Amino acid sequence: MIRFISLVVLFAAGLAVAFAPLPAPSIAPQARTLRIDARQFAYSPSELKVNLGDTVTVQLVSTDVVHGLYVDGYDVSVEADPGQTATLTFVADRSGSFRFRCNVTCGAMHPFMIGKITVEKNDLLFRSVGLATLAVIGVFPLSSLLVERKDRALAK
Amino acid sequence: MNRIELTRNLFIKSALKNRHPQLAVFIVMLAGYVFAILAGLIGTPVGSHNFSIVFVWIAWWAILILVAVPFFGRGWCAVCPIPLPGEWLQRGAVLHPLDKKPKWLNLRWPRALRNIWLQNIAFLLLALFSSVLLTTPTITAIVLAAMLFTAIGLSMVFERRAFCRYLCPVGGFIGLYSQTAPLELRIKDKQTCVTCDGKPCYNGASTSLSANSGYGCPWDVFPGGLTRNTYCGLCMECLRTCPHDNIAVNLRPFSADLAKPSARLDEAFKAFIMLGSAMIYAGVLLGPWGALKDAAFYVGTSAWIIYAAVFLGIIFIILPGLFSLALFLAHRPSLKACLGRSRGVGRGTGLRTFAMFSASLIPLGLMFWVAFSLSFVLTNAAYILVSLSDPLGLGWNLFGTADVAWRPIFTSLLAPAQTLALVGGLIWSARMAQKAADESKISAIPVMAYCFAATVVMLWLLL
Ligand code: SF4
Ligand code: SF4
Ligand code: SF4
Ligand SMILES: [Cu+2]
Repeated sequence: MIRFISLVVLFAAGLAVAFAPLPAPSIAPQARTLRIDARQFAYSPSELKVNLGDTVTVQLVSTDVVHGLYVDGYDVSVEADPGQTATLTFVADRSGSFRFRCNVTCGAMHPFMIGKITVEKNDLLFRSVGLATLAVIGVFPLSSLLVERKDRALAK
Repeated sequence: MNRIELTRNLFIKSALKNRHPQLAVFIVMLAGYVFAILAGLIGTPVGSHNFSIVFVWIAWWAILILVAVPFFGRGWCAVCPIPLPGEWLQRGAVLHPLDKKPKWLNLRWPRALRNIWLQNIAFLLLALFSSVLLTTPTITAIVLAAMLFTAIGLSMVFERRAFCRYLCPVGGFIGLYSQTAPLELRIKDKQTCVTCDGKPCYNGASTSLSANSGYGCPWDVFPGGLTRNTYCGLCMECLRTCPHDNIAVNLRPFSADLAKPSARLDEAFKAFIMLGSAMIYAGVLLGPWGALKDAAFYVGTSAWIIYAAVFLGIIFIILPGLFSLALFLAHRPSLKACLGRSRGVGRGTGLRTFAMFSASLIPLGLMFWVAFSLSFVLTNAAYILVSLSDPLGLGWNLFGTADVAWRPIFTSLLAPAQTLALVGGLIWSARMAQKAADESKISAIPVMAYCFAATVVMLWLLL
């Protein structure tokens, strides 16, 4: 019984870790301009950080062939010709980490030309690590419950 | 023990027993395979618009790792075209066995190589060049053709499917992970096999008079002794040959084979190779680090040599080293005492324990690959439609889908799905570790901590 209860408690904790809303950040949103150089097959800088609510302007500068920049989760994109600067402006209104990737075929490793923008915090990573922790703990009551059930089945 | 025999259903049974349905699939697969080779050689050099890359590394890979292996185990091997031409030549027949067999060398495979080390090496060779392989149509074509011709060559020299059993770089990990699948082919009754005359399931039954004519197990397995899925290619030959109707295809609980894991070092290292490469790929291919991608792609540069050394170091030293450390800790009396386990030396030490416990990493490794592949596949699925209409990248538009714009699909579901896969894999592996620890009377905590740490690294790399 205790095991069953602890499993239920762990499960509830898991739900909380997965879905509990986080307190809204206190930093006031601002406008930011970020310059990103694109080359085959990398961006620099390739890891960006902004705050929730910021108005982000990306200046994409390509130093070799035509490259693009598509932001996962925001579904916005821009393309830059070599030597030209292209700009993309969007409001970072969803928190979390998002990959951005080239959306113009630019050579062999094009599908892996990837950068990462973190809006506020990488919530999902923290939540996932929390879930993984609960999961490992949960294996203990789970196993003894399973063993018990098996023993009972054998006894019958 | 909670099995459901699928072959009890007469429709399923005759569909599996009859050679024609399988042959039909074989022919489609072989045609696709040959077309992939041709497309790689004559089509556009742009990988994401070439049938060879898109259909092998996106479409086939997605089906293999997300569906075929987790649910059907070696199901792919049942329809794989690679060994077919060689097998047909070796048999001198496409369907039923002939009374007169062609005279090839038909040698036994050398005893010293009867393990999966060659498969491990073949996989690692491809893995070290994977950035080029995954993105360059000609290289993919050359590798596909090389596998086809190596398989043919080996069929001429050695008996049965030597390529599948001992060399195929794909077959190695399919076999490893097939142990987790809820599907198996087994005998129904041991005693029937013991008294069975001539063991046609292994030796073949080639009299064209017999209703049960068929070949001896192409995978060099004696079905009567099957306890794990690893080396049974689900070719259904024994279902055809067994005169006593003693072969069954069963539904069963997931990872049933891992209850009694093998203690083989080659298989243990396969588990580390797969776990490690999933993590390395996640970092190199899906991470934001350009220098890493350069190192992996520009084969032969000094950066690549360092990359290769680190790759091998992680797989052969760091991951197994930390695992040994975890096992060492698990044997400490203090840890066992604090868990209230019986004192005394745990059963089995050294390499045997190492190999046995590494089996608990199998579910985790599979789920690492699922999580990694989800991202890769969902991001690039749009290319499948494009490539369907324009397989060679020559500007065709066969089905009107050549101009579909590239866009990742299900982006908002991707990360939660990856979390679920990884946490699910962690629970599964932790449970396996616990069972194994109970049997060996050592503590499960260090191995569980190892799985947890690996999962956290993978989460960090992917999310
Ligand atoms: S082992 Fe390799 S070549 Fe053989 S059937 Fe399986 S995937 Fe195909
Ligand atoms: S032919 Fe059938 S009964 Fe005979 S050994 Fe093989 S599986 Fe068993
Ligand atoms: S003959 Fe039977 S045991 Fe051998 S590989 Fe085929 S299905 Fe598996
Ligand atoms: Cu690009």
